[in-house]
Order: sequence, then C-alpha cells, then structure tokens
Amino acid sequence: MNFAEHPKTVVNVDVNGKSVRYEVEDRTLLVHLLREHLRLTGTHVGCDTSNCGACTVLLDGDAVKSCTVLAVQTQGRSVRTIEGVDGPFDGRSALQEGFRQCHGLQCGYCTPGMVMASTALLAENPDPSETEIREALEGNICRCTGYQMIVESIRWAAEHGSPPPNGVSP
Amino acid sequence: MSLVGARVLRKEDPKLLAGRGTFVDDLSPAGCAFATFVTSPHPHARILSIDVRTALAMPGVLGIWTAADFAEYPDVPGGLPHFERPALAIDVVRFPGEPVAVVAAEDRYLASDAAAAVLVEYETLPFVSSITAATAPNAPLLFPHHRSNTVTSVPMLDDAERELAKSHGRARLRLTNQRCAAVPIEPIAVLADWTPSGLTMWATFQAPHHLRNYLATWLDVPQNLCRVIAPDVGGGFGAKIVWYPELFLAPLLSKWTRRPVKFAQSRSEAMLQMSHGRGQEHDVEVGYSKDGTIEVLRLIVSQDLGAYPDPTGLGLAVLTTWMAAGCYKIPKVVTGFRNVVTNTTPIAAYRGAGRPEAAYTVERIIEVVARRTGIDPVEIRRRNFIQPKSFPYRTHNDAVVYDSGDFPAALDECVRLLDLDAVRARQVAARDDPTAPLIGIGLSAWLEIAGFGPNGSLEGFGHLASWESTQIRIQPDGSALVFVGSSPHGQGHETTFAQIASDELGVPFDRITVVHGDTESVLQGVGTMGSRGVPTAGSAVKVASQRVLTKAKRVAAHLLEAAEEDLEVESNAFRVRGSPGKSVSWGDVALASFQPLRLPPELLAGSLEERLFQESPNFSYPSGVYGCVVAVDRRTGRVRIESMVLVDDCGTVINPLLAEGQVHGGVAQGIAQALFEEVVYDHESGQPLTSTLVDYLIPSAPDLPSYIAGRITTPCPNNPLGAKGIGESGAVGAPAAVVNAVIDALSPFGVEHLDMPLLPEKVWTAMQPGAIAQGQAS
Repeated sequence: MNFAEHPKTVVNVDVNGKSVRYEVEDRTLLVHLLREHLRLTGTHVGCDTSNCGACTVLLDGDAVKSCTVLAVQTQGRSVRTIEGVDGPFDGRSALQEGFRQCHGLQCGYCTPGMVMASTALLAENPDPSETEIREALEGNICRCTGYQMIVESIRWAAEHGSPPPNGVSP
Repeated sequence: MSLVGARVLRKEDPKLLAGRGTFVDDLSPAGCAFATFVTSPHPHARILSIDVRTALAMPGVLGIWTAADFAEYPDVPGGLPHFERPALAIDVVRFPGEPVAVVAAEDRYLASDAAAAVLVEYETLPFVSSITAATAPNAPLLFPHHRSNTVTSVPMLDDAERELAKSHGRARLRLTNQRCAAVPIEPIAVLADWTPSGLTMWATFQAPHHLRNYLATWLDVPQNLCRVIAPDVGGGFGAKIVWYPELFLAPLLSKWTRRPVKFAQSRSEAMLQMSHGRGQEHDVEVGYSKDGTIEVLRLIVSQDLGAYPDPTGLGLAVLTTWMAAGCYKIPKVVTGFRNVVTNTTPIAAYRGAGRPEAAYTVERIIEVVARRTGIDPVEIRRRNFIQPKSFPYRTHNDAVVYDSGDFPAALDECVRLLDLDAVRARQVAARDDPTAPLIGIGLSAWLEIAGFGPNGSLEGFGHLASWESTQIRIQPDGSALVFVGSSPHGQGHETTFAQIASDELGVPFDRITVVHGDTESVLQGVGTMGSRGVPTAGSAVKVASQRVLTKAKRVAAHLLEAAEEDLEVESNAFRVRGSPGKSVSWGDVALASFQPLRLPPELLAGSLEERLFQESPNFSYPSGVYGCVVAVDRRTGRVRIESMVLVDDCGTVINPLLAEGQVHGGVAQGIAQALFEEVVYDHESGQPLTSTLVDYLIPSAPDLPSYIAGRITTPCPNNPLGAKGIGESGAVGAPAAVVNAVIDALSPFGVEHLDMPLLPEKVWTAMQPGAIAQGQAS
C-alpha cells in the first residue's frame, strides 16, 4: 500500500461560518482535517477510543467526537470548533467566561472539548441541574479539576445567559 | 490590599479557553516530518531479525532506524548500572510496547502505515508480570547477569519482633497499592528541529532545563546549542519527568532527515509507553496497647519497577518508608524495602510518588486497630497524633523532620464538616433496612513530604540541584517580567507567582508577566514536581522581588530627594511618608533606572534586575484530614460517594481558588485509585489488559462527587512564604478515606480489608456468605 493508493475526496464543509473545500484521503479523521490541514489546533486529541472528548466539536449543532468522524462524513455540513466560539464577555461566550470565573480549567488540554460539549448541553437545556451537567459530560475526561469546578462553570454560564445556538454570537 | 491569599482569576485562561494555547502537537513547522515507533507485542522476547525493506519502500517514508543505528549513543540516562535501558531495544525486549525501531514519514498516517509494515521476528522468552512471579524461585530473569529480579533492597536491621511480641495486641495487613497510570490528557509529544544553528526541541515536560542538561550530554553538544521549550503542557502528574526514548531520538532523526521531526503518542501507545505509578506491595504490622496506643510499626515494601529502573521509580519505596508513621507518634518504626523488575511498563513518579502509598497503609492499619480494640476511629487517631507543640518533630528517619501541623484541629474540623453524629445515626438506620444501601464512614489523617528543595533532595533522582530559580526584570515602563525555573503543567504559575511579585514590588498584577519553560530565556531551572512550585519558586519570587524593591527605592529616593527609609509603595508609585503629593510613579523610577543622567553616580544603569537561586533548609509537610461517606448498593456492590470532606493544611495559601482546584484534582485521582483504576497485566500471557481508556477506568463527571473543603493553616517555618505545597495532597489523602468508608460499610459482613480498586464485583463478592475469609486481616 502506498499513499497514492488511498482514494481521495473533495470535501465541502462549513467550518466556523466559512466555506472550506479540501481534498483529503477518505481515511482522514475530521480532527486531522481540522488540526493538520486547516490548522485549527484548538481541538485536541487525548485518546483513540472516543472516551476522552478532548476532540469534541459541534457538527450541525450536535456535539461529536471529531476523532471518530471521517472528514468525508462532514460533506455539506457545518462544523463549529472552539475557534468559532465567542461572545459578549470580552470576546468570550458565557461558558468560556464561566470556566474562567470558576477555575474550570487547569492544564487546559481538555478544555476546548469541555466547552464544546457544554455548549451543546446549554443549547438543549439552558438551565441544567448539577446531575444533568454531570451526565451530559459523561464522555469528557478532565484529569486536573475533579469536575466540581467544571460543573460550577456551566452553572455560572446558565445563570449569566446561555450562548446563542451553535455557540456563535451574531 | 494583598493579592497573596486572594481568589485571583488566572492569567492563563483566556488563551486556553479560546483554543489559542500552544501544545507541542499544535506546532508544525515547515517540512515537519512525523515519527513513530515499532513496538514489541511481547512481554519478553529475543529479537531475531528486523526487516524494514517493505516499509522503507513505501512512499512518504523518510527512514527507518533500529538500535544498531544508535550504537554510538548512550543508553537512556538515569538507569542503574547494568540495568540501563537502550533507547531502542537491543536484542531483547522486556515489556509489551517497548520500542524496537523508529519510522519517520511525511505524516502520521504514513508513519503508522510503515510501522505496521516493519517485520520483526521474535523468539519469545518466559516472562514475569508481577512482583510475586518475579521473586518466585527460579523466576525468569530480565537481566540474567544480575541473577535476580530484585535489583536493590534495603533490609531491616532490626525486625522489631521483640517490641511486637510484648504488645497487648498486634495487627497485620498485606496490601497492594495497585499499579496506576497517570494519564495526563495530553500524551507525550516532542518536536525537534536541528538546524545548522543548533537544536530546538519542544517537549511536553515538567522540567525543561533538566531535559536540556541530559539531552546535551547525551547528544554530546554544548548546552548553548541545545534549547528546550516546554510550551503549554497538558498535565503531567509525574509522568513527564521521565526519560522516554523519543526525547533523545527526535533530535537525531531531525539531524539525519534535515527536517523538523515530531513524535506524538496516541493514547494506546501512551498506556504502554508512558511510565506507570504506584505498584507497591506492603506487609505492615503494628503492636498496640489496650488503650489503642500504637507502640511499634513494621513496614516492608516491595516496589514493582517495571522493566527498567527509573531514577524516580527507585526513589518511591524510599519515600514510602520515610513516611511510614504518618501523623502518629509511634515510638518504634522499622522499615525495609526491595525494588523488583518485571516485564511491564517502567514505573516512576505519579502524583504523590511514594507518599500516597505510605498514607494509605498507616491509615488502613490504624482502622484495623480501631476495630479490634473497639475504640472510635476518631478517638484512636486523636490518641496517637503527634501534638501541635511537638514540632519540629524528629521521626524514625534522620532525613525526615516534620515542620509544623495541627492534626487534632484538622480532625475536629473534618468531623464538624462531616456532621459525623448525624451520618452515624443514618448509618445505623440504613443497616436495619434491607432496601437501603449500606452507609460507610471513612477517615484519613494524612501527612506527606513535599517542597522538594533542601540540598540533596533531588540530586538523588538525577537532578542538577534542588534549588529553584527566579529572575525579576523591571522593564523601562515599570512593568515586570518574572522568570521562573519551575515550569508548570496546569498549576497556574503565571497567576500565583504574579500575585507574589505584585505584593512585594507594588507593581500591579496586570503589569507582571511570568515567563517559564524555555531554557534560552529562563536563567536555569529544576522543575515542577513534589509539590515544590510555591515553596521553592514562589519563595524565590518573593525574596528576589523584595531585593528589586530595595534597589528601586534607592532610585526613587534620588528622584524625590528623600530618604529611602521614608518611602512606601502604593498604587504603582513611590511616596514619601508624611508628605502628600511627593511621589514618583513606578514607571518613572523604572525609566530613570536605565538613564545614567538621572541616576546617582553610585547606581549603574539597569540595576532593577535580580536573580536568585532559592534553597530550603528542610522539606515541607502538608497534612490534613479527609472524611468520606459512601453508600454501597447491597445488590450490585456499587459504591457511591455521598460526601467527601477535605481539610487541608498547606501552610500559607497564595490563591485559595487554585489551591482548591489542586486539591479537587488530586482527590479525584485518589478516589479513582480507590474505586476504579488499575493497570492490569494478564499473568498467563503477560499482555496488558488496560491499554486503552475503554479498559482503564478514568472517572468522568458523573462518577465523582462534589467536595466540601475546609482548611487549617500552620505556616511552614522553612521558607519565606510559609507555604507547604498543595499539588499532591488530594492524591495522598483520598484513597484511605474512601477505602476506610467502604470497609466500614461492609463491617456487618466481618470484612477487615479489600484491596483497591473497589470495583462492584469485588465489593459484591465480599458481601456474599462465606466470603469473609478473603477480607480478613491477621
């Protein structure tokens, strides 16, 4: 096998509101399209079994693990990454600001995935309880915080205005 | 207002929250190639041949190298003589996942394809996957020339049998502190770019200067041509101060391919290649009087080193034996240990590194004594505590002199926050209700050794020294750069050290930037481990800032035509006490300090800069009492934590928000060790059974409780800040609290001990008729 043998496909996808046209090998994972080709390195990779959630992005508004989605599967769809999140808190969304206010991050490696997963949560449930938050984050691992301050961060965001759909401010 | 002690929000966060952090794998300089290892599938085997021809012919492959190509380079540093680890296996592989060849290709997909196409022929050898197997008679040997898998041992000179025999009662436990994986969410990544101007290497590492020193020696290049940068580091927990082969091979591959070369582990690779932690077996016995006073303690530790002795791995059992007596005044303490190699991933530091093991054991055995004597677990701890007036307290080991503490006060606070009487009433009621879960209450009064700073304390682990460095540089506008040798991986140095500097300099927090993690800009450094950041580097920042202020006052006094001793710093300006309106801004003082025409003749331009190597006369000893309430499902054995109370004493707190965050994270890892996590090898095949996060159970948010934090403060007398360190506390204190709680819940079944992790099946089995014998101490 060689790299000439790997079939390629042109993918047309909306990434953070911009149309992107990119030819990738069919086997290319979405996370690698984002990180290696589009150089959007805010989305991280922490495992290879879809357990850690560091690579979470929004695909048509739903939180997905971009290490488990092929780039070609995003054909004609819309992807939001951490780079596409902003808001009224000095350029940060309520969630991003909540993480800052409540010390919801330490090393920051899992953080973009946490922000994206909780962005999807608040879009669906703007006022989640602690239990609902914990359950919604079941697929995101943080090794630094022990989660309590992440839960508080999301509550902070819920109390200070949830971000608009898809986590993008107008 | 003092910033030290305030809940200041972090400088680090806006960048990280925007996805604008810089982790090693985010970097991709022009022409960057990707390298990956071909690894051993066997626990122990002889390499008969390596055929790279097919792989080498694959498009996109830049090269494939085996041990023979590195013959002129040394082994990986820091090993024991005769047990050294080669960067790539030579002739024999000794653990599953050990690298045997390395591939560089145009990208990670192609590198991975090619690695899979390298054909390695092995002749399998008998293996040992546990201490028990490794120390059995006629066990297969990892290093046959040594004739034993026990590589070092320190036997007891006195077994204390006389004292034990005289005791009113004796209690003994054999317990396992299971092998765990640190699992920082960012796996190991390294990027080397060796140009004709020298080598620059970005590595996710806790101690960049330490790496620079060893790397330059290994490569035989002068240190001025070897720059190491630790950019944003995605967690470490001890596993990023270990000498991994790629740290040394990446520069050579870059040199040979004349391109930047990057390694970035997948998690499956990390589970086998990144060092593991813990891995101790303890044989502990105490003798006690009728009133529950512990009179003698004997602890024998067996440490699993994995396949190659790591310098920190070799130190773990030492620290465990040092801390064997915990918070207790025990007249006679004897310890011994042995270090054993097995055909498994090497073991090194993991958050707490030797101290969680000690705390767990002494807190388990005192619980057994409480049950045997019928003395309340609160009361028995109180009776045996070292009293607050007894510090400094000399222990059984000359190196260990506890600095300060107030264990009875911490216990009282924990009992209060637990609302112990109410929980006990609930516990009794639940026992009589077969539909209710069993309630258990566990305590852990713990103490650890931290603040690794005394001369000699880190040299034994291969470090250059044990000080930590800082350099304070005032800029011409009066803002400040604070360079620190301690390089963080989530701790928040940029915030806490700026708080300290701001208080001492009188320069606003927002006008201070903390610089770390680059051997070219930062003076020198040791590293971030052993809960030493604040006690060592933080103290350095405090003292150096004071010295800069003294110099700045000299300049200000000249500008104001006032006496230095009459000056005070307030609102970013120097003022003359008692003369309102007579002031000069910090910015103007700073500017003048660079302008000889504005300086008195005795002052030289650029004097507002100070460097300091902070040494410490003694370690620090963070302590605390944790309490845990669990509910055990009678039908499934599942343990749910109802309440987790954490009373810490870390001395002076710089930033309570960050200190709490450190405790929470450590406690989460401690709970994880108690209930979920264990690296498992199949003893029949020698294969790892927990090589992905599907099998290795890292808890996520629904698995963990909220925490109730309390605090006692006894300042550390051994550093200018009075700080003891906080990074490892939670991981030290939590496991015993959780396990004691579960054993308490199971007490109606006569269970005295179960080894971690307390997975539902183990707990359920212990509740079944006839299961008591397995859970019995002796």
